[in-house]
Amino acid sequence: MALGELIAFAVGALRGHRLRTVLSVAGVAVGIAAVIALTALGEGARRYVVQEFSSLGSNLLIVLPGKVETTGMMPFGGTVHDLTIDDYKAVANRIPEVLRAAPLATGEETLRFGGKARSVPVIGTTRELVEVRRLRIGAGQFLPPGDPDRGGAEIVLGVKVAQELFGAESPLGRVVRLGEWRFRVVGVLEPRGRSLGFDFDDLVFVPVRTSMRIFNRSTLFRILVELPEDGDLEAGKEAVIDLLAERHRAEDVTVITQDAVVNTLDSILGVLTLALAAIASVSLTVAGVGIMNVMLVAVSERRHEIGLLKALGASTTQILAVFITEAAVLSTFGGLVGLGAGWAAIVAFVQVYPTFPAATPVWAVVASLVMSMVVGIFFGVVPARRAAHLDPVEALVGR
Amino acid sequence: MIALRDLWRTYHVGDSDVHAMRDVTLEIAKGDYLAVMGPSGSGKSTLLNILGCLDRPTSGSYTFNGRDVGEISDTDRTKLRQTEIGFVFQFFHLLPRLTAQGNVELPMLFAGVARAERRRRALDALEAVGLTDRVHHRPDQLSGGQCQRVAIARAVVMEPGLLLADEPTGNLDRAAAVEVMELLDAMNADGQTVVLVTHDPEVGARARSAVRMDDGEIVERR
Repeated sequence: MALGELIAFAVGALRGHRLRTVLSVAGVAVGIAAVIALTALGEGARRYVVQEFSSLGSNLLIVLPGKVETTGMMPFGGTVHDLTIDDYKAVANRIPEVLRAAPLATGEETLRFGGKARSVPVIGTTRELVEVRRLRIGAGQFLPPGDPDRGGAEIVLGVKVAQELFGAESPLGRVVRLGEWRFRVVGVLEPRGRSLGFDFDDLVFVPVRTSMRIFNRSTLFRILVELPEDGDLEAGKEAVIDLLAERHRAEDVTVITQDAVVNTLDSILGVLTLALAAIASVSLTVAGVGIMNVMLVAVSERRHEIGLLKALGASTTQILAVFITEAAVLSTFGGLVGLGAGWAAIVAFVQVYPTFPAATPVWAVVASLVMSMVVGIFFGVVPARRAAHLDPVEALVGR
Repeated sequence: MIALRDLWRTYHVGDSDVHAMRDVTLEIAKGDYLAVMGPSGSGKSTLLNILGCLDRPTSGSYTFNGRDVGEISDTDRTKLRQTEIGFVFQFFHLLPRLTAQGNVELPMLFAGVARAERRRRALDALEAVGLTDRVHHRPDQLSGGQCQRVAIARAVVMEPGLLLADEPTGNLDRAAAVEVMELLDAMNADGQTVVLVTHDPEVGARARSAVRMDDGEIVERR
């Protein structure tokens, strides 16, 4: 009996019990839809984060104070030196591989204008940040260029901060208070969104020296180092580490490349997606048990049919094949319906949250179809065996 | 063609043995038309099931075309049912979801006959039972007599050596019963070997020979 004929026979039998068929198809469909929707969300999260970090540029190094490796016993007590503005200047000017660099010093302070006040994250940096982070200035300009040790009183506002404090009015040239300090607004950023863990729309920039004075810090938070596009990332990284090791007389900084961050997040979120898929698969098992139940009922209800098929010369193997095919058709059809439903859910979700790149990965589509078929076959075996081993004489008794 | 010798069929019910067939010896020649008569519980259905290879005798021998059927494997018995034996049942046992044609095609489906040939042979068989105009009707759209004629078409479509009918008229009104019996008579006249189980003496009288069973034994032969 060819597969096509088996499937046609199975479909015929399933059409004879529409309600039951619809219900077990729905069971599998819910499971598959859950797998599809959850993996799409997980995959969306992964893409979102990877995109976000890739937009930093793959030629970026991030220098942070302290060594995050375990290296056994540290000589000389292992003092961690501050990452200073002088370190920054050395990195920016004395390493030929470095295209440009920008320091970051952070804190949080209350920004006041008129009667309004708003607590904002404050980033102390230099003019170079514009190029390093590809910032766009909406109005005015960024912090003035020049010696990073010059502690000016200029401030650049994120677009949201500007709107909250000034409304439709232009903030350029106005004087605002940041804590006890007075600043003159020189620029407003274009909308940018989140990046590097900061909401660039909701923060302010001041000269790095000024911010370290305000927050009474002696160390920078980060140094961002940009290498040429075609530059050798590893060589640049070595050069930065060597220079700072020489200045600090110990290797006490950590240099992260963009690739490393992206790869780590990529794999973490990949695992998360798999975990979501696995959780969703539990509902498939439930659907499988449902199919088994339906098929067992079908076998006892169709005793006569099974007896008849045996009397007509259907072999044990053929009866087995008929019922397993029926279960597989049931669950595969459920898989297709679930695929459609999951896909529709994702389309609807993207309508609501257009920025979230939710997308079902191809492997999830293939896997859920294969899985639904396997569920049907696996849970179809027990009822099919029962059918195949029915005694035809008993099966045919009565009406 | 068929020879049953010293055949017993014993069921174990609880602690006791029930003999559904006791020491039955019977020969059926090719082209025979045999009626098996007797009250219910006399063992005639058991005899039919054994003849049809649905059941195995407890002891004794059953030869079909010279082959000892009691000894062959399940696979070979399945093959024998497929090619050499046609069944007609009291309650028709048509699949309600299939058309008359679909039901007649069933045995060929499991025998692996190609689609086009299945269709041709099913239509021929339905023509032979006078149902050319009911080919695409489902059982619930057919009368009892028509259903039984579809079942007969299904039973003979594989051109079996032996046609077994278990109370073929038991569920039909008089007119339909006569129609079905005339059909079986005609098939036998064409050389088809027919074994018929019935407790209706009128039906039994149409067969060329008859045996009467009681309590598992053949008590009378005609």
